[in-house]
Amino acid sequence: MSVLVYLIPAALLLGLAGLGAFMWALKSGQFDDLDGAANRVLRDDDLPEDQREHED
Amino acid sequence: MTAQPAPESFTGSDELAGFVTMVDGNTAHIDLAVEGLRCAGCMAKLERGINALDGVSKARVNLTSKRMAVEWSGNNQTPASIINAVTGLGFKAYPFDPGRLEAAADAEGRSLLRALAVAGFAAANIMLLSVSVWSGNVTDITPETRDLFHMISALIALPAVAYSGQTFFGSALAALRAKSLNMDVPISLGVLLAVGMSLFQTFNHAHHAYFDSAVMLLFFLLIGRYLDHTMRRRTRDFAANLSALRAETATKLLANGEAKALPVSAIDPGDLVLVKPGERLAVDGIVETGVSEIDQSLVTGETVFARAEPGTAVYAGTLNQGGVLHVRVTAAGGGTLLDDVNRLLEKAFAVKNRYVALADRAARVYAPVVHTLSALTFIGWLALGAGWETSLITAIAVLIITCPCALGLAVPAVQVVATGRLFKAGILLNGGDALERLAGVDTIIFDKTGTLTLPDAVIADEQVVDSATLALAARLAVSSSHPLANALAAAYPDARPVEGAREEAGKGVAATLDGAELKLGSAALCGVGDKQRDAAQKAAGFASLIWFAREGADAVPIRIGQALRHDAAETVHALQAKGYAIEILSGDRQDIVDGVAADLGIASARGGLSPADKIARIEALKEEGHRVLMLGDGLNDAPALAAADVSMSPVTAVHLSQAAADAVFLGERLAPVVTALTVSKRARAIMGQNLWLAVIYNMVAVPVAIAGLVTPLIAALAMSGSSILVTTNALRARFAGGKA
Repeated sequence: MSVLVYLIPAALLLGLAGLGAFMWALKSGQFDDLDGAANRVLRDDDLPEDQREHED
Repeated sequence: MTAQPAPESFTGSDELAGFVTMVDGNTAHIDLAVEGLRCAGCMAKLERGINALDGVSKARVNLTSKRMAVEWSGNNQTPASIINAVTGLGFKAYPFDPGRLEAAADAEGRSLLRALAVAGFAAANIMLLSVSVWSGNVTDITPETRDLFHMISALIALPAVAYSGQTFFGSALAALRAKSLNMDVPISLGVLLAVGMSLFQTFNHAHHAYFDSAVMLLFFLLIGRYLDHTMRRRTRDFAANLSALRAETATKLLANGEAKALPVSAIDPGDLVLVKPGERLAVDGIVETGVSEIDQSLVTGETVFARAEPGTAVYAGTLNQGGVLHVRVTAAGGGTLLDDVNRLLEKAFAVKNRYVALADRAARVYAPVVHTLSALTFIGWLALGAGWETSLITAIAVLIITCPCALGLAVPAVQVVATGRLFKAGILLNGGDALERLAGVDTIIFDKTGTLTLPDAVIADEQVVDSATLALAARLAVSSSHPLANALAAAYPDARPVEGAREEAGKGVAATLDGAELKLGSAALCGVGDKQRDAAQKAAGFASLIWFAREGADAVPIRIGQALRHDAAETVHALQAKGYAIEILSGDRQDIVDGVAADLGIASARGGLSPADKIARIEALKEEGHRVLMLGDGLNDAPALAAADVSMSPVTAVHLSQAAADAVFLGERLAPVVTALTVSKRARAIMGQNLWLAVIYNMVAVPVAIAGLVTPLIAALAMSGSSILVTTNALRARFAGGKA
C-alpha cells in the first residue's frame, strides 16, 4: 500500500492545480462575459480576408 | 481605475466629459451601454470598427451585459466621436455614469464562485477517499489505512468548510441574533456537527466519517446560491443599462454663459440648468426664466399640461413641452424625489417586508421539528441503554440525513427556472419571492396613464380636420422637435419636410409652400383667440391640441392624445376570464378615467387620486383579504407599487417606480402581465410539489437514521438523489405559460 504515499499527494496536487487554474481564470475576468466568450472562439479575425467564413 | 476627471485634451470641450475617467495619465476610458447588440456578428463588427479608430487602444464588448469599454489616448478621439462611430456602425450607444459602475464589479458573484470552486474541489477529492474507505470496509482495508484516509479527508474538509461555508454561517448568525430561524441555521448546524462528529470519529478510529456529506451539502447549496445570484444580477445589469439609455444628463449653465452637459450626479443644488423643448427634466428646481408647458403625466398621472413660468416649481421626470427654461436646481441626484412620495414609499416598503417567503416559512417549521427529532433520538437511545457516544452519533446522523439539501434547493431552483422563463418573455423580476406573491394575487389594479395607455402621445382617432390637411400639417411637423408635433409626424412616416421651414422654440413651425404661408403650433402662433381655443379644447375632451393654419383659411385644431396599448382590452378580458377582479386607480380626471374604463369593460374606476388615496384604496382591499397586484409607471404610483402585495411597471416607467416594482415588463404590449401571472402560478405549484418531495424523502430517511442504520454511503446517495429529484422537477417551470 506504500504506493499511496505517492498517489494521494499526486491526486491532491492535480486537484489543487485545477482549482488554482480556475481561480486564475476567474480573477482575470474570463467569467465576466460568458455569452461573448462563447462566440469569440468562432471568430476568424486572425485569418487573411479571403479565408474567412462569412460573418453576421 | 481611478475616477479622476479627464483633462480637456481628451474630451475636447465635449459635453460628455463627465463620463470619461482616466486609466493613467495618457489613456482615457469610457463605458457605453449599447442598444441593438444581439449576436456574435454584431460584436465582431462593433469591436473591429471601433478598434480601427485612430488612437483607440482597446474596445471590448461584453455581450452578456450589452456594454462596451473603450480606451483611447491622444487627441484624435472624444466621447462624442466614439459614440458617432458606434452610430455609424448601426448601433446606439449611451455613456455610462461612472458613479453607477461600482455595481459592475460583481464582487459577490465572484466570491460565491470561488466558494463553489473550493467546495467542488474538496467534495471531489474527499469522495475519492470516501469511496476507497466504503469499499475497503466491506473488503480488507486495514484500520491504519482507514485512519489515514479519514485524516486526509479532515485536512481537506476543515479549510474547505471554513472557506465555503462563510455565506451560510454569516447569515445563520445574523438570523439567530435577530432571534429568528432561516434555512441557513439548520444548514450551518448540520455542516458543523457533521464535521465535528467526523473529527471525533477519526480520532476514535471509527469505521465512518461524514466529511464527504458536509462538503457535498455545501457544494450543492452553493450551486443554488450562485444560480440565484446570476439571475438577480442579470436583471440588475439590464436595469442599469436602461437608466443609461434614458441619458440622465442635465445641461448646466456656467457662470461665463457656456452650457455643459453633465451626468446628474455632477449637478448640485443651486446650479442653473438649461432645459430644452422636448427634454425630460433630470432635477427638481424653480423656473428662473422662460415660459413653457410641462407634461407632468409621469409624476401626477394628469394628461393636461401644466404651465411653467418664472417661480414655478418643476420636478424631475416631467417633460418640457414648450419653450426653453432656465431652472435653478433645488434637488439633484438621489434627492430629486418629492419628499411626500419618498416618505410614503418608505412606509409602504416597511409593510411589504412583513411578507415571509415560502422557503423561510418552511424553515420555520422544519428547523424545530428536525432539532426536536434529533434530540428525541439522543434521549431514546440513551434510555434504551446505549452509551452516550452511540446515542450522540445517531442523533447527529439524523441531523445530517435531514440536512436540507432538497429543501434548500426546492424553492431557489424553481425561482431560477421560472425567472429565466419570464426573462425570455420580457419580464424582469426584482426578487425571487415576487413569484410567490404574484401567484397569490386575486385583484389587479391598473394605473391609467402610461400603463393602460402607451407612454408616448399619438394622433387621436377622432379628428375635426380631413386627412389631406393632416398630411400637409405633418410635413411641417417633421421640422419640429415638439412632442405633439412628433406624434403627428409619426403618423405620416412618408411626409416630406417643407423647404425653409423654421421652428420658433415654444411656439411652432412656419413655412411657405406654393406661395401660401403655413403655420403649425400654439393657438397664439396661428392667430386663434382664447375663446375659440377654449371651445376647441372643450370639444376635444382630454386630447391635447396643436393648431394648423394655412394662409387664407381658418386655423384648425389637430387632436393628439393618449392611446390605449394595442392589446389592453384583450389583456383585461383575458384577466377577467381568469377570475381576477380589475380596477383602475388614476391621478387623471374622473371623466377621462371613466372613458377608458368603459372602453375596456372595467366596472370599477377611480380618478383624481393622490398617491395617498391610491395607498388608502389598496390598504382597504388588503383589509378585505384581497391580494393586490398594482401596475403603474409614474412617480405618483411608486408608493402604491410598494404598498401593494406585488407590483409591476412598464419599462418606460420613471426610475423610482421601477425600483419600487417587483417586476418590470418590456415592450408596448400588456400581455406580459398575463404571462407573469400564469408562470408564477405554475412556479408556485412546483415549489409546493418540491417541498412535499423533500418531506416525503425525509419521512423515508428519518426512520432509517433514527434506527441508527445510516452510513455515510446512504447519506451521500440520499442527499444527491433528493437534490437531483427536486432540480429536475423545477425544470418543468420552463414550460409554463405557452411558448417562450
